[in-house]
Amino acid sequence: MDIFLQQLLNALSLGGTYALLALGLAVVFSIIGLINFAHGELMTVTGYAICFALIWGLPFPLAVIGGLVVAVAAAVLMERVAFRPVRGASGTTLLLTSFAVSAILRVLFQNVISARPIPVSIPTSLSGVITIGPLHLGTIQLISIIVTLVMLLGLNLFLHRTMAGRAMRAASEDFAVLRLMGMRANSIVATAFAISGLLAGVAGILWVAQRGSVDPLMGALPVLKAFIAAIIGGLGSLSGAVAGGFLLGFIEVILQAYLPESLLPYRDAFAILLVIGVLLFRPQGLLARKTIIKL
Amino acid sequence: MTTSDETLLSIEGLTVSYGPVEAVRGIDLTVKRGEIVTLLGANGAGKSSTLNALVGLAPRKARKMEFNGINLLDLPPETIVRRGMTLVPEGRRVFSSLTVNENLMLGGAKHAARGNLVAAKADMLDLFPILAERLHQKAGSLSGGEQQMLAIARALMSSPDLLLLDEPSLGLAPQIVDRIFDLIGNLRDRGLTILLVEQNVVQSLEIADRGYVLANGRVELLGSADDLRASPEIQDAYLGV
Repeated sequence: MDIFLQQLLNALSLGGTYALLALGLAVVFSIIGLINFAHGELMTVTGYAICFALIWGLPFPLAVIGGLVVAVAAAVLMERVAFRPVRGASGTTLLLTSFAVSAILRVLFQNVISARPIPVSIPTSLSGVITIGPLHLGTIQLISIIVTLVMLLGLNLFLHRTMAGRAMRAASEDFAVLRLMGMRANSIVATAFAISGLLAGVAGILWVAQRGSVDPLMGALPVLKAFIAAIIGGLGSLSGAVAGGFLLGFIEVILQAYLPESLLPYRDAFAILLVIGVLLFRPQGLLARKTIIKL
Repeated sequence: MTTSDETLLSIEGLTVSYGPVEAVRGIDLTVKRGEIVTLLGANGAGKSSTLNALVGLAPRKARKMEFNGINLLDLPPETIVRRGMTLVPEGRRVFSSLTVNENLMLGGAKHAARGNLVAAKADMLDLFPILAERLHQKAGSLSGGEQQMLAIARALMSSPDLLLLDEPSLGLAPQIVDRIFDLIGNLRDRGLTILLVEQNVVQSLEIADRGYVLANGRVELLGSADDLRASPEIQDAYLGV
């Protein structure tokens, strides 16, 4: 039972990061029908921002804030420069554009910064382990769980209590009609990207804090996982993305804990098999909803 | 009924094309303040495309497209709505996962002052008491007639000068249709100008001042509602006389 609880905490921590990333993908997809594969590069850019802020001597909390600001600004800039000109184009065009943005950013990171991982000096106070009875939890893992819950709660409040939040929910149902309410299309899309950037930034910080380094490909794997999570949850469904993220984290952690050692290298393959199993029963995802994408 | 000679909407040579398909082929249209003008015609005649083009939701070209003295041609839908013209789209298209209250609040998003938003909502709940009863229900759980009322109330929240209504009676039970037409009459009495697209020719011509009959994207016939009712073409095609 103790081992199970321990794994549950691990799953919450990993799944939470996937959930934040999947939510970032879903927020944008639900409004303009774009699967933004450059989402991972938003994580990476956050990592570099923190890394350089710390190298320049900024205290850790300021570096974190700086990282988040850079993530949001990069997401909004990405929309303005790359995605706005193709808004309303086919899903394939949008997808290819996001691949292009992702590839360009990776090459820039490799050539302008470095192709090798750069260590990020995370404060030693974050590397401790907290023991609660039989359970051991890394400080960063604990922070990761708390931050994820706060972000999910905050986003929920934003979506339900503010006019901008209601507009985002309405936009995910029927963007054209929302414009008939006098809501500016550009601001709604920019807000969606800003939120997605913030979520990628938070995930990026949690990821860097656990790894202690940043490299040009840092965001690639987590965003792929987040994409899988968003598919499990039902692409375009915000609650589905969160559920999918936690489910994928749970599956990975349980497989890591209970697979025989000889099969551990195939952990991701088993995880994908389980995902395929879910999709065979619910092809549209766990919490899919109808989405009308019209601009 | 208070119509004036002031032209609120003036359109010349409007065309709407979806790729190679020309849905509207150069129509002229005017609406005076205080009027109810109806656009009639068979399916595919270009009625809905005309309304969508007016609010900027369909690709359009025109020699002239003026509303309240403003050139509409380069404006996006949100700006057009903020300038006082809005559309209740065909099929109601309420935000079904949002509550009635949230739908109304979004409809009034253009009001910068919270006081104006609250006043507009109170006015709508007064006009549509059923929405007050359903205020915290999800819009998707309302009946078709209630959803239509919500769609109209949501559009009215922006305090428009000109309301475009696209097939408001479509798919509704006859007694609900009567209520919707009564409501349209009431709105005109409150000073609203209305451009109405309808398949229900009889009831449309009863409340309208003037009408246009479209066919294949062109204006086939136009005139006062009385003249149209008396015209042999309308009697043959729609009134079964």
